[in-house]
Amino acid sequence: MTYRFVVNGDPVEVEVPGMRRLLDVLREELALTGTKEGCGEGECGACSVLLDGAVVDACLVPMCQVEGTSIQTVEGLGQENALNSLQAAFLETGGAQCGICTPGMLMAGEAFLAANAPPTDEAIREAIAGNLCRCTGYTKIVEAIALAAQRRSKHAEDPA
Amino acid sequence: MTRTLPPGTLPDTAPDALIVPVSTPARGRIARSAPLRREGPAKLTGLAMYADDLVFPGAWYGATIRSTEPHARLLAIERDEAFDWSRVALVTAAEIPGDNVVSLIRDDQPILVPVGGEIRHQAEPICLLAAADRSTLREARRHVRIRTEPLPAVFDPLESTEEIAHVEVGRGDLEAGFAEAEMVIEGTYRVGHQEQLYIENQAMIAVPREDGGVTVHGSCQCPYYIHRALKRSLGLTDGQAVVVQAETGGGFGGKEEYPSIVALHAALLSRQVGKPVRMIYDRHEDLSATTKRHPAVVRHRTGVTLDGRLVAQEIEVVMDGGAYVTLTPVVLSRGVLHAGGPYRCPNVCIKGRAMATNTPPNGAFRGFGAPQVEFAAEMQVNRIAEALDTSPLELRRRWAFREGDTTPTGQVLRESVAAVEVLEAAAAASDFARHSEQTRRAREARQSGARVASGIGMALGWHGAGFTGSGEVHIASVASVELTDEGEVRILTAQTEMGQGTKTIFPQLVAAELGLDPEEVEVAPQDTSIVPDSGPTVASRTAMVVGGLIINAARRLRAQVEAVTERDFAESRRAFAAEHGSLRVDQQFEPYPNVTFDDATYTGDAYPAFGWACAVARVDVDLDTGEVTVRDVVSADDAGRIIHPILAEGQVEGGTLQAIGYATIEEIKLVDGRYLNDRLATYLIPTALDAPRIEAILVEKPFSGAPHGAKGIGELPMDVGAPAVVAAIHDATGVWIHDLPATPERILAAMTGAPTPPAPGISAPAAPRGAA
Repeated sequence: MTYRFVVNGDPVEVEVPGMRRLLDVLREELALTGTKEGCGEGECGACSVLLDGAVVDACLVPMCQVEGTSIQTVEGLGQENALNSLQAAFLETGGAQCGICTPGMLMAGEAFLAANAPPTDEAIREAIAGNLCRCTGYTKIVEAIALAAQRRSKHAEDPA
Repeated sequence: MTRTLPPGTLPDTAPDALIVPVSTPARGRIARSAPLRREGPAKLTGLAMYADDLVFPGAWYGATIRSTEPHARLLAIERDEAFDWSRVALVTAAEIPGDNVVSLIRDDQPILVPVGGEIRHQAEPICLLAAADRSTLREARRHVRIRTEPLPAVFDPLESTEEIAHVEVGRGDLEAGFAEAEMVIEGTYRVGHQEQLYIENQAMIAVPREDGGVTVHGSCQCPYYIHRALKRSLGLTDGQAVVVQAETGGGFGGKEEYPSIVALHAALLSRQVGKPVRMIYDRHEDLSATTKRHPAVVRHRTGVTLDGRLVAQEIEVVMDGGAYVTLTPVVLSRGVLHAGGPYRCPNVCIKGRAMATNTPPNGAFRGFGAPQVEFAAEMQVNRIAEALDTSPLELRRRWAFREGDTTPTGQVLRESVAAVEVLEAAAAASDFARHSEQTRRAREARQSGARVASGIGMALGWHGAGFTGSGEVHIASVASVELTDEGEVRILTAQTEMGQGTKTIFPQLVAAELGLDPEEVEVAPQDTSIVPDSGPTVASRTAMVVGGLIINAARRLRAQVEAVTERDFAESRRAFAAEHGSLRVDQQFEPYPNVTFDDATYTGDAYPAFGWACAVARVDVDLDTGEVTVRDVVSADDAGRIIHPILAEGQVEGGTLQAIGYATIEEIKLVDGRYLNDRLATYLIPTALDAPRIEAILVEKPFSGAPHGAKGIGELPMDVGAPAVVAAIHDATGVWIHDLPATPERILAAMTGAPTPPAPGISAPAAPRGAA
């Protein structure tokens, strides 16, 4: 089957079976290996991407559900020498250690920030509850998302 | 978050410990700034290349066919002749060119069970398959049959007659100690398996080399373990076996020894196929087959006087090694050496043994034998405090090691003893005394219909820094610092980055010696064809031992360059390189002064120094369901010198949460020697919602043997978190939970007097086969 969708703003077209996982298409057809596989059954969140803005586990999404959607992955955030405010906050606070959960954690964080909910400790923890991290104890990840929320809201208030 | 105690709040008993706020100006030569994680931007943008991200054109996919019985004789490996085997490679033990042994401590574990050989556990590798695509590989798996003859299996280490190792330490006169005792408290504590649960599964890719050897790329802590294993079993020279660490998604000990098996399997297949072979475990295989923390049974008999003196400790430690030796003798050794806890006791006898069972081998996991025994030791101290009707804080103040005290091996703790400092720091930051009083009053006033109870608990711990005994002398690590042809400074070690921060702190240490910025110092890749064998990345030895080696190498490099140029190194290095070319200084480990250990008698300095940790946990227990919510934890940890406060805090926070998982939810259940919860849907680890607020307090009591004073930090928090949580559960409910994890079932059983759930870590027998 042919599927047309948008990845990080660019239209793409792939020829794959309808039940192929979005995760495999991203990693193997599109060479976007930033999205990781941790469990393959939707428990760990390492493969979290945004599908039309909503956080999904790419290991649980068959390609037949991707037609016509817009997908965002970690590769669509800031680049190495120009990190976006959430990536920069992770770097400053120590929110990334081994880094394997980080791409998924960033996407869950972006979805939380996009929703503009008050960045309380509880709300941030709820937003990343589907993303397992074994390194950090989550403390610095929560700090990073709160810091990015603070900076983005400050930025939004600044006169243009 | 780091709590900074304001000046003047330090207890009198801690005159020279320094509690480090992040912004404190440097006191030593190490810049106290916190450079950003070196490989952070790559990890934050998806550019960091983990093993499964690496592309090798034409690579085949590999798979391992494993036993499905706990103990059996392998009679035959049969291929279904109807299947087209021309598209598939199959490797059995007969195809191994060298020794069929996973090289480690003892030569007992085969790479693949030979026909006629003994299958000793449920996940034992029998043969290997590879195919050009995944669907052919899946199909081929269904066409291999393993014929076996079952043998009787042993699952309980207390029933096993096969001893893997035993260790005994002691001092004083135990009998006299118990004669002096006015109260004797006994306890038996059991802990089960714990899975490291790095989020990146085990992964290795083997690529054939033109020289007939193999290059293996993968996720690992110890490239040289794999290098040795490949040379021996594939009959390769030093140069023909090359191991390159890929970005590694967590290890926690789980990638210390197991990656050698994965690499050997991938290499054997690639040798057969003549193409790269990818051996990437999925989560189910990783959970089913790889090593876990050793289950243990720890028995204590402690003698105290009624005025609260500790006069006798008799301790027995039994660990379940699983089917093969792996690292078990060393894990047991560390367990026995830490079993008494950080307390002065004149009369001690600790006996440990590790027994073989027909379960997958247990291995390294953060703490390495210490979390099991320190849980037991701290349970015992907390129960004694209750029996003496004294505060657990006060009892620890009296008993904790001070400088000049002697450990059970006869080691005199001459320096760097911070037991009291971490105790006081954690007690102050958690307001332990006030909260204890509150929970006591609440408990006394509690009505029978109460739904939730709160409690607070503490634990104190110690962790021997670096290898046990003469381990470091035996491996004689080499680490190097090089001035390249271009005048750049490069660090060459085999120390891997797996999230803990090696690539960030090493440049800090070297830059401080050379008068450079950390950004100006490069780190060579962890590739055995490039870097020397500076020993494994384990035992919290990276910062302390290898960090010390590169500091000394940098000092020598600086002296040699400055002797020639007669100018400051930073200014003259490029001119030196332009004129004289590159200059590399290799620094070999030299024994720490005045540190001696007798391996034969198990006496002397078991560790060059100890790190110290104290955790205080507050919990809520649902009295209807037995469910525990850990609300907050304060962990005060002494690492000698803090090199990078943010990374150090990260170690404390992450280690604390692993300890909380160990205390509350992480348990593996077994039937017939097989792990039942072998998926991430059934083996649970704490999520962000389960995690408490964790406050890390960094304490510094430098170790003079290391040029920078550092002792390592990664394992400390793992030793104290679980007993603190279980003490808090007791404070809330009044019941002691002797078995980990303290699940709702165990808590409710203790509260209601219902039958205790089965002991953790021991397999139920096979379910009778249905007669349908």
